[in-house]
Amino acid sequence: MVRQLSVFLENTKGRLAHMTRVLGEAGVDLLALSIADTTNFGILRAIVDDNEKALASLRAAGYTVNLTEVLAVTVPDRPGGLAEVLETLLEKGVSVEYLYSFVRNPKEYALILFKVDDVAAARSILESRGVRILLQEDLYDLK
Amino acid sequence: MYWNPSAECMEPEKLRELQTKRLIRTIHHVYQNVPYYRNRMQETGVAPGDIRSLEDLALLPFTTKQDLRDNYPYGLFAVPLSEIVRIHASSGTTGKPTVVGYTQRDIQTWAELMARTLTCAGADKNAVIQNAYGYGLFTGGLGVHYGAELIGASVIPISGGNTQRQIMLMKDFGTTMLTCTPSYALYLAEAMAEEGIDPTRDIILKYGVFGAEPWTNGMRREIERKLGIRATDIYGLSEVIGPGVAFECEIQQGLHVNEDHFLPEIIDPATGRVLPDGQEGELVFTTITKEGIPVIRYRTRDLTSLSREACQCGRTHVRMNKVLGRSDDMIIIRGVNVFPTQVESVLVTYTEVEPHYLLVVERVNNLDRLEVWVEMSDRLFSDEVRRVEEIRHRITRELESLLGLSVGVKLVEPKSIERSQGKARRVLDKRTLS
Repeated sequence: MVRQLSVFLENTKGRLAHMTRVLGEAGVDLLALSIADTTNFGILRAIVDDNEKALASLRAAGYTVNLTEVLAVTVPDRPGGLAEVLETLLEKGVSVEYLYSFVRNPKEYALILFKVDDVAAARSILESRGVRILLQEDLYDLK
Repeated sequence: MYWNPSAECMEPEKLRELQTKRLIRTIHHVYQNVPYYRNRMQETGVAPGDIRSLEDLALLPFTTKQDLRDNYPYGLFAVPLSEIVRIHASSGTTGKPTVVGYTQRDIQTWAELMARTLTCAGADKNAVIQNAYGYGLFTGGLGVHYGAELIGASVIPISGGNTQRQIMLMKDFGTTMLTCTPSYALYLAEAMAEEGIDPTRDIILKYGVFGAEPWTNGMRREIERKLGIRATDIYGLSEVIGPGVAFECEIQQGLHVNEDHFLPEIIDPATGRVLPDGQEGELVFTTITKEGIPVIRYRTRDLTSLSREACQCGRTHVRMNKVLGRSDDMIIIRGVNVFPTQVESVLVTYTEVEPHYLLVVERVNNLDRLEVWVEMSDRLFSDEVRRVEEIRHRITRELESLLGLSVGVKLVEPKSIERSQGKARRVLDKRTLS
């Protein structure tokens, strides 16, 4: 399982640039990234190479930040690959809240991050189907 | 035009005599019947017998909205409930409203004061008065209603809102006078323009009586021009009686306080010292005829000044200037009183620490809009948009039901709301009152 960093951002000009600059200056590398937004605000979700450093620097800069458990799943990089994984979860009644993909992927797999309502269940379901779930350390090897 | 010339134009000497007699009677009345006032007077060392002239009023302690709230709901009533025929309430600084009760005679007094107001503003028994003040716990609707009936006018008790219907009835029923908040009058004018109705040609409206929120002479001219009417200012607050405490005459240089029923004073809000006429300060009222809930030196928190110069209209009652502002942080939005502390009482249940927030008031298309900015905190935050939106909606619903007003809630980043030394700034009023 992987810990994801989530940051609250106001939907105003320059906030995203400022926030990523804070991370950059702290020497934090972004491995995966997604933004969900409404007309008023956005939530940036990211997998970074150093959660402690990222949390400390963002909090010091006044951001509201939290860490959430997500699943990093290796999905066969071919048509229908993601559909199979999603169908498996659906059959077992696990809901996917959101997902996004990694910036860097190994050749034969796409790396997808899943936020699900039941992390433990999703993990055992997928592993029983031979789907590989990555750990935090595995992600650092991708750098 | 006068409704009651012998009262409105009473000789100053005779008026003072009447006021003195009524003040003395009121002080005895509250001393005997309201334990709160008796205790306060005893603490201050003032006996009812010490009040012998109007100048002696300054010996008495002040009453505040907080005192009314501490005695919620009926603690300051001076008569048993069996004598009370009506109860109104206005929003307080937290969840509990401020409650006032009227005897049959209070209702008659109030109707008389509103009859003076409406007559002065142009109404008579031939008038068709469209009353678009809210009916209900708010004193605006029923206050105007009883005064209009007393002068024999035809009242259309349409209450607030439903703009299309307001316009239709105004045309079809031949409304001659409109009563509502000034911002709603402007809003109606624009809605008519959008429908291709020219108020100066297509409707016979002649007069308007507008109050319950601050407005300026600039706004008056705009209303008068757009609706083709004469617009009159009215002042009141439920703690004193409701609308009709003071009203503007045709000279339009201040509002005549109905002095045979209420004694106004201007004080320094910081020291409580009484200020001379002409000087700006906080307006304080003592009721001298009210039976249900008389108030002694009630601090309105409204800032204005008084003028005793003779008025060309012939009325002898003292004039108060248009209210310039507040000595507390209350804001008035569409006639509804809003205190930042009310907003805070909702927000504290959502945050682990002191909530940081700002009330932003804007006038958009002539309607006041309240947006509450709330700084994001760990407890409000989630990585899921749905959760954050749920919380935002829940806060919105709670604020709306507490304030009785539609509210927009905007979540902002931590520390983005300006901090100042000492007291936090809670209100940003962007309404331009030019």
